[in-house]
Amino acid sequence: MSQTVTNAEHNVHPSDQEGIAREPLVLNNRSMSWITNRICGIVENRQPLIWWILFVPSVLLAGVLGFTLVYLVSTGVGIWGNNQPVAWGWAIVNFVFWIGIGHAGTLISAILFLTRQKWRTSVNRASEAMTLFAVVCAGIYPGFHVGRFWMVWFLAPVPNANAIWQNFKSPLLWDVFAVSTYFTVSVIFWYIGLIPDLATMRDRAVTKVRKFLYGLFALGWRGGNRQWRHYEMGYLLLAALSTPLVLSVHSVVSFDFATSIVPGWHTTIFPPYFVAGAVFGGFAMVLTLMLPVRKLYGLEDMITPKHIDNMAKIILLTGTIVGYAYIMELFISYYGANKFEKDAFHLRILSGHYTWAYFCMFFCNVISPQIFWFAKMRKNLWVVFIIANFVNAGMWFERFVIIPTSVSMDFLPGQWGFYSPSIVEKWMFLGTFGLFLSLFLLFLRFLPVIAISEVKGVLPESDPHHHDWEEIKARRNAAHRG
Amino acid sequence: MSDTKTSPIPFAFVAEFENATELYHAAEHVRDEGFKRWDVHTPYPVHGMDHAMGLGKSWLSALVLAGGTTGFLTALFLQFFTQISLYPTIVQGKPANLSTIPAFFPVLFELTILFSAFSVLFGLLIVIMLPRWNHPLFNSELFKKFSDDGFILVIESRNRKFDVEGTRAFLEKIGAKRIEAVEEDPV
Repeated sequence: MSQTVTNAEHNVHPSDQEGIAREPLVLNNRSMSWITNRICGIVENRQPLIWWILFVPSVLLAGVLGFTLVYLVSTGVGIWGNNQPVAWGWAIVNFVFWIGIGHAGTLISAILFLTRQKWRTSVNRASEAMTLFAVVCAGIYPGFHVGRFWMVWFLAPVPNANAIWQNFKSPLLWDVFAVSTYFTVSVIFWYIGLIPDLATMRDRAVTKVRKFLYGLFALGWRGGNRQWRHYEMGYLLLAALSTPLVLSVHSVVSFDFATSIVPGWHTTIFPPYFVAGAVFGGFAMVLTLMLPVRKLYGLEDMITPKHIDNMAKIILLTGTIVGYAYIMELFISYYGANKFEKDAFHLRILSGHYTWAYFCMFFCNVISPQIFWFAKMRKNLWVVFIIANFVNAGMWFERFVIIPTSVSMDFLPGQWGFYSPSIVEKWMFLGTFGLFLSLFLLFLRFLPVIAISEVKGVLPESDPHHHDWEEIKARRNAAHRG
Repeated sequence: MSDTKTSPIPFAFVAEFENATELYHAAEHVRDEGFKRWDVHTPYPVHGMDHAMGLGKSWLSALVLAGGTTGFLTALFLQFFTQISLYPTIVQGKPANLSTIPAFFPVLFELTILFSAFSVLFGLLIVIMLPRWNHPLFNSELFKKFSDDGFILVIESRNRKFDVEGTRAFLEKIGAKRIEAVEEDPV
């Protein structure tokens, strides 16, 4: 019997070797139809009560946002607390905060795709949705910060009535291009990823309306390999395009600060520091959203402790990079010969109006994630959830620290002023949370929250040689026994 | 399996296979048999299927290169034409010339990416011939399994090698679990 075992059959598939077996990405040997049923079921069945409990206040808060915006446009930006010398108040703090959150979605969908991190498949759809909704929230702020909202078309590259064009050398204009490109490319990436899953929804639809709408957006997808091969190439190309894009977007956002000559802003470390911070804050938001979603909809077999562990590690890594940047900023202001820079950081950490914000930021962003060095803490979902929310808060404080502290005490004492947000700004910020959550809950209600086709593709039996290997293994075991 | 209404020539035979491995080997057989208009429909892209079907690399990347180049040139034209010849805006003492060229890089980069992404979307739709909301295959209940857990092989009747009896027998021989003949929509 043992003669039948040929050389080729000794060549065991790497994943079959015991001892180095990887943790499976989908637990409990779930079948493909189980995956389809579980994910589509979320959309097809009635939403749990908690969905409504979250949705109604979110929509009300989003309504508050609408109200504050109408009030703002009809009255003027004077209803905000920002003025000279702090012209960029919460509006720009919140813009940078929201746009940063978006970055984790693109990192998961693009960079982890290029680096062949298969665990991304369970979280990429929801994170990409989070990206889009965060960018929507972000876009509101600079749009309305221009003051006269009806003039917002001045941002677009068209000449005004005096035939004057935009200043293409301005980082604010780069920002317009970067953010709008980022939003558009993220929508395209998300939609192309959705097409096969929309086809699944279409083929399962029982009501006419569902069949029509899912069918409309599935574009008649037939899942043939003659479609898949181009689809995969398209997806790969989008991942390759989005990777430098996501790095560029927050770099450009940081240029808004770094290319100015304001002490505290004018530093070359800003682009990498902003990008790392964006990924850091974004992963925290992904965890904040996905931990409850996973529990609520019974997705524990697809979003496993392994996924959460990986994301906690990324938070630890990027949080440490951010910590390095904070310390390096302080070191350079001490080591450099620029006394204005030294003074700016003195105000920031020791004697300014906002030193409390600096220490909040430092604790939340640098100290708190260090707990993730311990595997046990990364496995404890409550710890992960709490730290993720520390990071959410910390990243908001980071932007707050950067903006008002650097400009509230200008070169001359006559230009010194204290900035605090008005009540309208506070409600507006809460309102964007309402908008963000409403959009995310609607996404949960109407679209598959996990990329169905991609999760199927990482099952062991999806490998076209899986059953060949199984057969070889079975024969070899029989040979050993015989 | 044994229905014998062979009178009209169907649009295609839809055959279901047990799993990805079986489908992969079946695709190799169909390829070797010399069929031209056929495809495998799977819930996810099966790795190596291009090889099993005898298909080459996707040429979508060529379209995207063209799109990206268009984006780059558009940004170049938009910035230099408006800033140098149409209405030079010299603010903060920064003219538009060779020494200030790095200031134009971000927009060049962003528009290259933007146009490339659009060409991925529209190029992909053109190459895979979508949207096409109606298709004879949607008449088949068996075919619909492709979006759940079905491994489906479709051989259209518009093959020179197609004949109703022979092709059905061939599909059975290569291991099809279920076979269904799909009719074209009555016009």
